[in-house]
Amino acid sequence: MPLLFLTLVLLGLTVLAYYLGRSQALGASATGRLHSLPSYYGYYAALWCGLPVVMLLFAWLTLEPRIVIGLVVNSLPPEQQNLPQAQLDLILTEVRNIAFRSMTMANASPAVLAAAENLKRLTTLANWALTVLALVVAILGILYARSRIRPDFRARNTVEIAVEWILIGCSTIAVLTTAGIVLSLLFEAASFFFRISPIEFLFGLKWSPQDAIRADQVGGSSAFGAVPLFTGTLVITVIAMAVAVPVGLMSAIYLADYAPKGLRDVAKPALEVIAGIPTVVFGFFAALTVAPFIRDLGPLVGLEIGAQSALAAGIVMGVMIIPFVSSLADDVINAVPQSLRDGSAGLGATKSETIKQVILPAALPGIVAAVMLAISKAIGETMIVVMAAGLAANLTLNPFENVTTVTVQIATLLVGDQEFDSAKTLSAFALGLVLFFVTLCLNIIALRVVNKYRERYD
Amino acid sequence: MEIKTKVAAGQVSQADGKAKMAARGVDMYYGEKKALKSIDLDIREREVTALIGPSGCGKSTFLRCLNRMNDVIEGAKVQGDIRLDGQNIYDQAIDVVQLRARVGMVFQKPNPFPKSIYENVAYGPKIHGLARTREELDRIVETSLTKAGLWEEVKARLQETGTGLSGGQQQRLCIARAIAVSPEVILMDEPCSALDPIATAKIEELIDELRSNYTIVIVTHSMQQAARVSQRTAFFHLGELVEVGDTAQIFTNPKDDRTQGYITGRFG
Repeated sequence: MPLLFLTLVLLGLTVLAYYLGRSQALGASATGRLHSLPSYYGYYAALWCGLPVVMLLFAWLTLEPRIVIGLVVNSLPPEQQNLPQAQLDLILTEVRNIAFRSMTMANASPAVLAAAENLKRLTTLANWALTVLALVVAILGILYARSRIRPDFRARNTVEIAVEWILIGCSTIAVLTTAGIVLSLLFEAASFFFRISPIEFLFGLKWSPQDAIRADQVGGSSAFGAVPLFTGTLVITVIAMAVAVPVGLMSAIYLADYAPKGLRDVAKPALEVIAGIPTVVFGFFAALTVAPFIRDLGPLVGLEIGAQSALAAGIVMGVMIIPFVSSLADDVINAVPQSLRDGSAGLGATKSETIKQVILPAALPGIVAAVMLAISKAIGETMIVVMAAGLAANLTLNPFENVTTVTVQIATLLVGDQEFDSAKTLSAFALGLVLFFVTLCLNIIALRVVNKYRERYD
Repeated sequence: MEIKTKVAAGQVSQADGKAKMAARGVDMYYGEKKALKSIDLDIREREVTALIGPSGCGKSTFLRCLNRMNDVIEGAKVQGDIRLDGQNIYDQAIDVVQLRARVGMVFQKPNPFPKSIYENVAYGPKIHGLARTREELDRIVETSLTKAGLWEEVKARLQETGTGLSGGQQQRLCIARAIAVSPEVILMDEPCSALDPIATAKIEELIDELRSNYTIVIVTHSMQQAARVSQRTAFFHLGELVEVGDTAQIFTNPKDDRTQGYITGRFG
């Protein structure tokens, strides 16, 4: 039975379980007062029908492919079983293609054909086994629930406990996903660091990731010193923050404390529209408008500025981030109670004195959080930098030169066909790990600042 | 702006005691709604004037007119004449910031700034440049806290945050904060409504002490409190000033039936 159909049947069974449970409870209410509302007995039965089946399906879908493939490998001739992992994978892919995509391989060996037949048979068997097992589990669940339903059974409390566990299960998913991503980053980065020493990666001054195909190839020498990428990221982030933080904060202050209500209702969504513009669009705005403008400005102040510069990318990125800062800061400034504004005004403070000395200190934790979020956003931004700042890994702090950032290099390293066992490809994971670590530190700092300066006001 | 001159017509007979503030024909609108109807009231110097009346009668609104705190509310409009030492506070020439330094305010809910106790009191003197040296500022903070009866309790922990104090202490801190800018008039908007009876008693005691140096206007829901702390009482009802007189007279021998009804608890 196909999985989709099975799912529908099981859903139907769960709904049926609800009605069975409820009607049984209603019937039982003749013999005594029910502890809970009848629907709780229905939920109880439905949970007993649905939850074990969901767990079964989950476990089955994780384990089944491995077991089946293991059986298929065991049925292969011994000389093929003992092949290296990479070649074994190739054979298995071939087996799968023959079994499931009905491809006919002209030169397929009899062993492979037999294995494909075997795989097909095992998979069908497994599907039927799953169907039967799932239905049995569901029906057993219903029967068990029905055996428990009596007027004095505390269905309401039991359902409450089940709900709590379901919620815990859902929240674990996000945590587990994060853990999985971190682990995969760690393993790939580790295999990179077996090839290139971490010292060279973290402190090397030259970034030129390539794989020499021939020994005498021009430019075949590779270097994995990531410092130019770090400085590039730093320069662009600093420029972006220099634009976004003051402008965003001041527009937030204007919106929160000065703007008349009508203007605020129009201006705030208008400002947030910027956040909806795709970064690619910002990218060509940066590359086609801002960068040439800065280049033309160069000679006026006696500077030689190229068509791509960190300054152009940084400024446009800053503009892109303004709404993040302003919107979040506006929210926290608005959250400062009116009573503090009144108190300050009642002492004869002007509006700007009140904002500077009372509102901003009170809103500081939120503002710091907003800035930290903006920094994470700037560090993670890729598109604008590709288009406006270039790909050249120059080690410089000069904002008029072209630079490149960590994310841009990750993108270029993984675009197109890549071998997964070369240092060039794996370096992307090492860069990703560094990026993850930096943003993690920023978040921790932000949390600490928020907790330290959090003030109680109410 | 049309200024009614009822004083000349002799309709307001508020004889003895010099009037620190005087309201004449004050109308106040929130948008279309008329919140105050032609209020005439004198606030006498170095006395406590209590404003009483049922909720929504306009007593807090009137209080906020006295230091123009209503200015920030959109759609709020004041007509008429409110004078401080004979000068119209709604005059174009008046700097509202200066006015509020002379007419301080204490609010219903204690609202200390999320700063240290010291900074809370030093805030006003700092923005008005009342202290030239650190020592002067220290002295202002100490005298203000002493006058507010809080010095002994907090002198060892001036650097701790003001929001960590108890409700009653917070309200006395707010009073100290108001005193620190040396106002001439202090407006109090139900200063004890968020406090327990013991803290309330302390604040009332404090108000009585402050009377020797400051002119005080207090809005209160508690008639006992009005009777205990004030020398003069004004009864507001539905945006009108029904009756004003010596506190003893208002509570023992009110002239208006509505005042009689309110203080005996028939409505309100």
